[in-house]
Amino acid sequence: MSGLPLTHLSISNGQAVDIQNVPVLDVTEFREAIIDAVGHGLRISALFGQPTDGGRVRLWAVLAYDSQSLLLPFCADLSEEHYPSLTPDCPQAHWFEREIFEQWAIYPKGHPWLKPIRFHAPYRQNGETSLAAGNPEVGVTDFFRVEGEEVHEVAVGPVHAGIIEPGHFRFQCYGEEVLHLEISLGYQHRGVERNLPGGPDRRTIHLMETLAGDTTIGHAEAYCQAVESLSGTHVSARAEILRGVALELERIANHVGDLGALAGDVGFLPTLSYCGRIRGDVLNMTALICGNRFGRGIVRPGGVGFDVDPAIVDELLKRLELVEKDLAVAVNLLWGTSSVMARFEGTGAISRKTGREIGLVGPAARACGIDRDVRRDMPLGIFQFAQIPVSTWDSGDVMARAHVRWMEIQRSIAFIREHIVNLPGEEVRTTLSSLAPNRLTISLVEGWRGEICHVALTDAQGRFSRYKVVDPSFHNWFGLAYTLRGQEISDFPLCNKSFNLSYCGHDL
Amino acid sequence: MNTTSWLNPLAALVLSPLLPGIINRTKAFFAGRRGQPLLQGYYDIAKLLHKGAVYSRTTSWIFRAGPVVGLAAVLMALVLLPLGGSAAPLNFTGDIILLAYLLGLMRFFTVIAALDTGSAFEGMGASREVQFSVLTEPALLLSLAAMGKAGQIGSGSRIEHLDNFLSLSGIYSNLSASVWMRNGTILLLVAGALLIVLLAESPRIPVDDPNTHLELTMIHEVMVLDHGGPDFAMILYGAALKLWVFSALLAGVLIPVRSAYWWLDAGAVIGGIFLLAVVIGVIESSMARLRLLRVPQLLTGAGVLSILAFALILWR
Repeated sequence: MSGLPLTHLSISNGQAVDIQNVPVLDVTEFREAIIDAVGHGLRISALFGQPTDGGRVRLWAVLAYDSQSLLLPFCADLSEEHYPSLTPDCPQAHWFEREIFEQWAIYPKGHPWLKPIRFHAPYRQNGETSLAAGNPEVGVTDFFRVEGEEVHEVAVGPVHAGIIEPGHFRFQCYGEEVLHLEISLGYQHRGVERNLPGGPDRRTIHLMETLAGDTTIGHAEAYCQAVESLSGTHVSARAEILRGVALELERIANHVGDLGALAGDVGFLPTLSYCGRIRGDVLNMTALICGNRFGRGIVRPGGVGFDVDPAIVDELLKRLELVEKDLAVAVNLLWGTSSVMARFEGTGAISRKTGREIGLVGPAARACGIDRDVRRDMPLGIFQFAQIPVSTWDSGDVMARAHVRWMEIQRSIAFIREHIVNLPGEEVRTTLSSLAPNRLTISLVEGWRGEICHVALTDAQGRFSRYKVVDPSFHNWFGLAYTLRGQEISDFPLCNKSFNLSYCGHDL
Repeated sequence: MNTTSWLNPLAALVLSPLLPGIINRTKAFFAGRRGQPLLQGYYDIAKLLHKGAVYSRTTSWIFRAGPVVGLAAVLMALVLLPLGGSAAPLNFTGDIILLAYLLGLMRFFTVIAALDTGSAFEGMGASREVQFSVLTEPALLLSLAAMGKAGQIGSGSRIEHLDNFLSLSGIYSNLSASVWMRNGTILLLVAGALLIVLLAESPRIPVDDPNTHLELTMIHEVMVLDHGGPDFAMILYGAALKLWVFSALLAGVLIPVRSAYWWLDAGAVIGGIFLLAVVIGVIESSMARLRLLRVPQLLTGAGVLSILAFALILWR
């Protein structure tokens, strides 16, 4: 990927810049800059609105230039209540523009499928358009319908049979074949983003740890990187390594759980049972460090909340070996069972081209051969010094998503084993100084689901004026809907599990 | 008709809820778990009988009739079912057709009760159930017919008035170890077909996954989602009895013990039924479920096996 002239400001992951230095484009330039950059292989990491003092809205875009390890932030001040939509020329803006429309009552003109995504009232009053009224009834909207005598509609959720989060899935089916799936979320909307301006305060880290419970460490780390960057706080090498270990433990635990759940969805019991148990073992390793299975309290601004002593390190290494051994047996049973492979292969395939166009991230992107991993592309913390090989597969189906997870588990185990024995120094946490005023910082972390993007803007007093969170699920939900086209409806649970996206991470 | 023949349906009534328990314990063993109690089937039924039922306003009498007719039909089928060498309480020429249609009636009422709810899920389940039954019914009938012919050829019937090969009791009383010696290939083909039919009708992996909570993948379970309380108890009990019927048909072929003691013959088949439950548990633990579009191919396989058996016996 070459040839994009870097005319605008470009910064690296976790770098803070004065907002004055961020280019302010006019709306047409803003739109063209994004479309042009995405055409050159960049992707949208964040696209959001911020209310200005004049009662208008400023649009922010953060583009990721993976091959150059650079992030391109720029903005545009809207003088009207609408702007020409990006989506027709840049499909990955689709969900972001719907969010902007819903949050700020700004109308992206020409958006092909403009509907709320979380069903809350707009954050800002707008007299000009009644479109952004904000429907208080979550999930009540005009779903895409296929007409025809033999076409039938299947509605699943928001209440599901398993103990999972609420979400509504609307299938248009022709017999067993799915013609179209529309996913309607928003049931878990808690208004996290609205609570963040004015911060950070003592509650902020806890809000971050509960953005998506299974990504506690990932989101906490993204947040901490952001405030450390804004305050210029140095984090000790020991703390960086412990953060890396915690992040990889979180990845292993979730990937193991997913492989088990995938086996369960095709009715293959041995792997389901063993992975269920092993996931617990990995969560207990996290608990060994901090006393909480999901890693609450590990990552703290300025470092980590818990240190490990040699006894804990020994215990972790011992358990890691047991996990690795048991897991190899349980997972290799999957690849060796032809009836399982028959279900995984060719199911829910998504092409590399489509994956790029809709902006997939994480294992879902790597499973269609897109070589994209924040740990390598935008390294920060321990990953600046230690590389974890990027795991990709090329078939883009359930099999690929399962296999990428398995490769990542193995590589994460190797990473932990290598680095936990070499903990330098003693200091694990430094005090955070106050945040610099009028700054922008972008913090990316490769969570187990994919790229977590936090964008923080501070006001003149060094308080957050806007804090944007983009969970990897936000990029990938549309990918799930897309993979179902032309699939059998009975394979939906399998496809869904192979993505395993977060509802609360999306709904915020 | 003698009194011992009534012991067969009685054994089914008392013992059938054990079968799911045995299957689950086998699966638990392979999964490294302890599993639920063997008697869980009885506990579930007892619990459900103590509950009330909730009926949707959109359903009619058909929804309530479904479980009752289903249970009644499978109870009738039990009366036709021989165990070991002894005849069933009720037997006559052509009762295999009645057996097939009684099971068909059970299915029909389960399906229309499902459709009566108007739910998209239940409609999908009903559609799948009916589609698959089109393939399993001929396999069942042809298997029984081939078995009847195989037992008839060259063997003296033990029960004189039952030498007709179109009666279930006649078919099974003609089977013996010597028939296996003479027509082993045919009986093996029949057993293969009946095993697939058993898995499809029970309904177990690889055709259906009785453990899943995912409505979109279900076949049988999704049709009974809206039933609760005593209705669901009847459905559970009916399903256990149906599993017993198909297991008895298969075990009767595989273990045709013909001794001087009726209780030994019957005991061998009952032992075989429990053994089959273990086999089902092993199958469920060792393979994944088939992709739904592939299920008809498996069922067609059962049909082909039974056709082959029937053709072999006709042209031998």
